[in-house]
Amino acid sequence: MMPYYVAPEQMMQDKAEYAKKGIAKGRSIIAMEYADGLLLIADNPAASLCKISEIYDRIAFCGVGKYSEFESLRKAGIRHADLKGYMYSREDVSARSLARAYSETLGGIFSQEVKPMEVEILVVEVGAVSKPNEIYRITFDGSIIDEHGVVAIGGRSDAILRFFDDCDHANDVSLDTAVALCRDAFAHANAQDVTVDVLEIAVLGRDRSGRAFQRITAAVHDEMDT
Amino acid sequence: MRLDLYAYAGTSFSEYVRQCRPEVLPRFGASVSSPDEVRHLGRSVPTATTILALKYEGGVVLGGDRRATEGSQIASNRIEKVYAADAHSAIAIAGTAGPCIELAKLFKTELEHYEKLEGDELSYEGKANKLAQMVREQFPMVFQGLVVVPIFAGYDLHRRQGRICQYDVTGGRYEEIDFCAVGSGGKDAQNMIKEHYHRSLVETEAINLALSALFSAAEEDSGTGGPDLVRGIYPTMKLVQEEGVVDIGDDRLAAMCMELIEAKKRRHDAV
Repeated sequence: MMPYYVAPEQMMQDKAEYAKKGIAKGRSIIAMEYADGLLLIADNPAASLCKISEIYDRIAFCGVGKYSEFESLRKAGIRHADLKGYMYSREDVSARSLARAYSETLGGIFSQEVKPMEVEILVVEVGAVSKPNEIYRITFDGSIIDEHGVVAIGGRSDAILRFFDDCDHANDVSLDTAVALCRDAFAHANAQDVTVDVLEIAVLGRDRSGRAFQRITAAVHDEMDT
Repeated sequence: MRLDLYAYAGTSFSEYVRQCRPEVLPRFGASVSSPDEVRHLGRSVPTATTILALKYEGGVVLGGDRRATEGSQIASNRIEKVYAADAHSAIAIAGTAGPCIELAKLFKTELEHYEKLEGDELSYEGKANKLAQMVREQFPMVFQGLVVVPIFAGYDLHRRQGRICQYDVTGGRYEEIDFCAVGSGGKDAQNMIKEHYHRSLVETEAINLALSALFSAAEEDSGTGGPDLVRGIYPTMKLVQEEGVVDIGDDRLAAMCMELIEAKKRRHDAV
């Protein structure tokens, strides 16, 4: 059989289109800095299939796209972090190093495998005391983008970001306000009301020592309201 | 560094490391040494002794003294033998200090790793069994005189009660109903607890009893250290409760130690 030639540009473009299509099908996740830390919030009615996860003391992960794919990335990230913390020390585990590892992994798969991963992920780290927070967005081709303030991935993330551009919020809002803003953003993007029970919410608290990751269930959220 | 996404599919950290990065785990050769060599090695590395656990109405008190010995020498005055393993359990270690501390660290990582991967804490039963496996894996070390015997205390969220397990060097796991003490001063500590134990102990009484038991062990056993009032070194104590694992601060322990010493002195003078 004659080997046939496909221009590399064409091949990459096809792969990128394929991946983008997969990612846009799902729902969105927002990561947002607030006064006391980082808020992660996913439009996710499936309570048992989490899209947000703890990675290490001050580091969390979220992923959109194909569940099985970002789930294997999540697990590999936890292994990477736990191994590093065990070999060296807890303070040597950083979001930056993990984000780079994800970038290399996704980039490698994108250029070498037939099928790219249909995922986009966030690796976030809440800064201690006076250190700034870090938010890394890593796309299906391994591109890595350093983000600040508020970031949205997956589904109708463009509409969500437009909503935040328009409402001109500050970075030091309270947790309640931040959650309310994100709810409005989801409602705006989905063009329908969004209740708290279809949201998966977690925070990385700046002032928490040890493992800073905390899920906010509907019960905890009600307590916050009162 | 590229992540290997499919190198290992399980939920155990120690197994993952053994399979994919074996050089990271401690390896103590499995060759059988002569009895003399065993005795020599056993006496030339720091050894940690008396640890104990006893239940009270809110959970379990887990404690240990602070001494490590090398033969007849004192290797350390402030070694830590009690470690929080996760939000609802803690581990105390007796035996050869190096591998003991490593085991506690690996076990803690193991529990956290499982919890993050699965999104749920292991049950008390699950944690206790995992620890048994990990102790069993260290068994070949025994032939070189290196011994690891932990006590594992946890709060069982299903049964809503504190639970205690002790282990032998082969990984044998034995659940204790009320209390246990392990190590060279274990017998003395255990006798003291047996005398005064009842099932409706409240927190302060339980800590007091644990302190008295460690006192008693320190009086009889050269491997167990008493409170060091000069340097301010006191036994380590943790409470394992439904709300979490609480470290009892040095200030509170210092005050309770002083009280015990005063009471002892009064009794002694009265004779």
